Amino acid sequence: MNSVVNIKNLSHSYGSTVALDNVSIEVERGEMFGIIGPDGAGKSTLYRILATLLKPDRGEVFVSGLNAVTDYKKIRTKIGYMPERFSLYQDMTVNENLKFYASLFGVSVKENYDLIAPVFSQLERFPNRRASALSGGMKQKLALSCALIHRPEILLLDEPTTGVDAVSRSEFWDMLSQLRKSGITILVSTSYMDEATRCERIAMINKGKILDTNTPANLVANLNENLYSASADDMFCLLNRLRTTSGVKNCYTFGATLHVVADNSFDPDKVSAQLTTDGLKNVKIYRTKGDIEDLFIKLTHDG
Amino acid sequence: MDNPKKVISVKDLTKKFGSFTAVDHISFDVTEGEIFGFLGANGAGKTTAMRMLCGLSYPTSGTGTVAGFDITTDAEDIKRNIGYMSQKFSLYSNLTVIENLRLFSTIYGMSDKEFKSASENLFKDLEMEDMRTTLVGDIPVGWRQKLAFATATIHTPKVVFLDEPTGGVDPVTRRRFWELIYEASSKGMTIFVTTHYLDEAEYCNRVSIMVDGKISALDNPTALKEKYRATTMDEVFRIVAKQAKREE
Repeated sequence: MNSVVNIKNLSHSYGSTVALDNVSIEVERGEMFGIIGPDGAGKSTLYRILATLLKPDRGEVFVSGLNAVTDYKKIRTKIGYMPERFSLYQDMTVNENLKFYASLFGVSVKENYDLIAPVFSQLERFPNRRASALSGGMKQKLALSCALIHRPEILLLDEPTTGVDAVSRSEFWDMLSQLRKSGITILVSTSYMDEATRCERIAMINKGKILDTNTPANLVANLNENLYSASADDMFCLLNRLRTTSGVKNCYTFGATLHVVADNSFDPDKVSAQLTTDGLKNVKIYRTKGDIEDLFIKLTHDG
Repeated sequence: MDNPKKVISVKDLTKKFGSFTAVDHISFDVTEGEIFGFLGANGAGKTTAMRMLCGLSYPTSGTGTVAGFDITTDAEDIKRNIGYMSQKFSLYSNLTVIENLRLFSTIYGMSDKEFKSASENLFKDLEMEDMRTTLVGDIPVGWRQKLAFATATIHTPKVVFLDEPTGGVDPVTRRRFWELIYEASSKGMTIFVTTHYLDEAEYCNRVSIMVDGKISALDNPTALKEKYRATTMDEVFRIVAKQAKREE
């Protein structure tokens, strides 16, 4: 067994609110593992338990073979945790923050610099700037550097790309791919479904429950649905019409087109001819392949 | 329809902070009922521009009107005549749904009678009739966005500003939210919206992309995709946003 994170039947509640409901996840050493789900799914609770900051109600959690409740002190030296909210010292400079985190773990910045170099290099130009005066993207890089400075075995990143624009998001993922080459295990959570494909395996989570765990490719392959793309000049009208068309199980917007989940009675040519007769212009309906977002919609729609 | 009414119209709008030009001579019009997507990378100047349009920040130079009022002289009138939904959920969690709506309607100067009829319609339209007396803190996450939108539009403003209204929201709720936007726009409300989800840019009538304080691209999604030879708005955004030279 080479799992570096092993979560068994984990449940946690805040009063009557169930945050995690019988969650089981195994992450292998060196894996880039994604926890994909919307706000309120239970992602941050899971991270706080893994980071030994929260004692779970039920279930067992092992991090690097150590029990998260009884061996919490040892675990803390093996993990690098980057919480969702920026948690460095705002009134300390870039260098002061980095040195401070290194000293907490009894290491020097110098000995581990090679690991943080790909991330930290862009911050080197302003070592004396206070953390509070950094832009969002720079804060994120400093926080990641501080989480890495003691060379952890496991990197826990809780929604590192929330509120970040598309270009910076993909740069951040490039950086993670670089880091992974050093052999570190990365557990990263996100509410952006498109980021799922950057992970080796993902667990999809909603309302405290794991919907499915697999590689993104296998998950999409299992989607197993009659899926069509549809477009017309008046998209909103098309959406409302398709929803009441027989044979349509679900219809939702999907970028420039609509996605139609249909049963076998659905005949795209017949339907588009009918819609054209009814006055819709430039109707196109054709077979398409789904992605993780389609799967998420299916899993939450069925549940 | 030959001369669609301009609800937002700005010319050479500029905002400087010391030697830093956050917003640099932007000019555009938004017409009645239009869904206008306002995109840009972090730090491109979106928030600063939006604050000026909402009457929260005074421009360094340039002119403009929003909902018929001058942004340099009638900021208070603008605030009363627009709707604004912030990126952070900002309703009062220890007040009930109806109390929150009531509070904001009063701030917008609505009478009891106006509030009664507006709130009745809202509850029906949003299918929230049984949530009237629920504490906002107890409302499921998926309903919050809907409620925040209802609150921002209780006074039927001519234009509503939505600042990343769908950040972190699940795919199903996100789509439901956009149907609300379509609905409001079809009734004539103008929608000014920012987002980091590029699939949502496809749902806008027109999209502008800010780069380094300037508007670098502005057109309908189809025309933008043609111009940049891209198949999605995601590609368009990447091409345009990468032109940025400003240092962080």
